[in-house]
Amino acid sequence: MTEILILVLLILISIIAAIYAVLTKKTINAVIASGVISLMASIIFLLVAAPDVAMTEATIGAGLTTVVFLYALKHVKGGEDD
Amino acid sequence: MALIGSLISLVGSLFLFLGALGILRLPDVYNRMQAGTKATTIGSILTIIGIGFAHPQWLPKLIILVLFILFTNPISTHALARAAHFAGIKLTERSIRDNLREDKIEEEIND
Amino acid sequence: MDSLSLIIYNMAYYIAMLALAIAFVRFLMGPSSVDRVLALDTMTICSIALIIFIAMYAGRIIYIDVALVYALLSFLGVIAVARYLEGGL
Repeated sequence: MTEILILVLLILISIIAAIYAVLTKKTINAVIASGVISLMASIIFLLVAAPDVAMTEATIGAGLTTVVFLYALKHVKGGEDD
Repeated sequence: MALIGSLISLVGSLFLFLGALGILRLPDVYNRMQAGTKATTIGSILTIIGIGFAHPQWLPKLIILVLFILFTNPISTHALARAAHFAGIKLTERSIRDNLREDKIEEEIND
Repeated sequence: MDSLSLIIYNMAYYIAMLALAIAFVRFLMGPSSVDRVLALDTMTICSIALIIFIAMYAGRIIYIDVALVYALLSFLGVIAVARYLEGGL
């Protein structure tokens, strides 16, 4: 019961954040939403008993992707709005 | 023993809930920031210590995690508040003083 | 572990899940980008508590390493977004 409840909550949050990341106007908000999706995916991997995949997802999603996206966004001219 | 740990962790998760409620209800960014960093820091620390009562052999790793949260959470929120002030986000109308703006005006006069 | 303390641990687990959901509501309605980063930070702290609860229910110590890695890297991400909003990076 408990595992089903937390899985439903995490998957709902992940889907809503993905829809928000597509629909938003500012690019920085989409980058932050991708951070939320990677956080939820990491806990889902942990719930299905795969801690190594969860650790890799946390490293790539929270650390590398955010920094690389922001670095690229800084070097694109006029990249603040769409 | 496990009963004491469960009560401590219940208090910690109540602090987490109050911090999230403060993030939802308070009027501007800076007020939300102080609810979101202080209450959630003490809440997560109490939760982790309460689970350490249930498994006493995990305590060294849990203490490392507590020290980590205690170091990193205030630093990141401080950097975020500074970024918000430099990005020009207004304070709420009920706040009565803004020391950082006064300091910036003084520096411009002195230059 | 007796049944009474297990019930209290379950209540604490549900309250932490509720805190995660409420912080996500602020993520959806926040007016500026700083609100969203702040909601992401709070969601990270709540999910560190959730990961420790999952580790307690499963009884495996390797799950705590995931929480450790996540605490370190969310700090890095928030610092990067703050430097970006300030105009640096």
